[in-house]
Amino acid sequence: MNLDVPISWYLLLSALLFSLGVVGFLIKRNLITIFMSIELMLNAVNLSFVAFASQWHEVKGQIFVFFVMVVAAAEAAVGLAIIIAVFRARATLAVDRIDRMKL
Amino acid sequence: MHLVLFFLFAGFCLAGAVNLLVQSHPINSALSLIVVMVSLAVLYLLLGAEFLAIAQIIVYAGAVMVLFTFVVMLLNDGREELTYGSHVARSVGFPAVVAIFAVIATVILRAEGLGYAHLGAGLNAAQGLGTAKDNSNLVVLSQVLFHELLLPFEVTSVLILIAILGAVALAHSEGAERTVEK
Repeated sequence: MNLDVPISWYLLLSALLFSLGVVGFLIKRNLITIFMSIELMLNAVNLSFVAFASQWHEVKGQIFVFFVMVVAAAEAAVGLAIIIAVFRARATLAVDRIDRMKL
Repeated sequence: MHLVLFFLFAGFCLAGAVNLLVQSHPINSALSLIVVMVSLAVLYLLLGAEFLAIAQIIVYAGAVMVLFTFVVMLLNDGREELTYGSHVARSVGFPAVVAIFAVIATVILRAEGLGYAHLGAGLNAAQGLGTAKDNSNLVVLSQVLFHELLLPFEVTSVLILIAILGAVALAHSEGAERTVEK
């Protein structure tokens, strides 16, 4: 097929998504949205793993993505539980008002 | 075909990611993140990773994002407001992120030996497993996952168990019961 896509375009898309995730992490002021930006960054890295696995016909890259998915799911569960606990203690999700470690 | 699908779903991906940033209500951000994850699943399919495409939809777009929307609706904190901190983050953060992206893009564009992604080019032929007409990479993936990497695979199940216990312990606080008793 003459309409194949270069691997570098996939990698550029991954870099763009990662940068957008970093931007979201920096500018958003809501705990949950910041957490979502982290998930976006994880997904961007997964895309580059899959692209490299396709480049070198190596299955280990895809297995790495599998493990990243498992850890991300566990992280999401624990992170959202922490967010619920923070909301119980502070009654807000705005990161500027959550500025003390003590209760 | 490959090119058209790539541009279509890369466009969806970027549009969803940008929409995640510009929306002020978390529920809209969560829904646009689902769009990003489903488009990424299609890109995984294009790259010949069928199992990961399905796992992406089930685990991320299904389980993780349902958890996110559930928590957003449960807490219902409303829109986010911009503060002084976010202005600082914008003015300092944007140039820094552009610099990061420029560095990554330079490395990618200068890299040699990067080829093309062929549609339907599975991993089976390269690994010497399965037949050429057997397009699924599930055979190769499970072969490696359950033979070479069985111990890490089992360790992840322990990790998930610990995560479940941690989530329950964190979300179920004694303070909530105390307020009920009052």
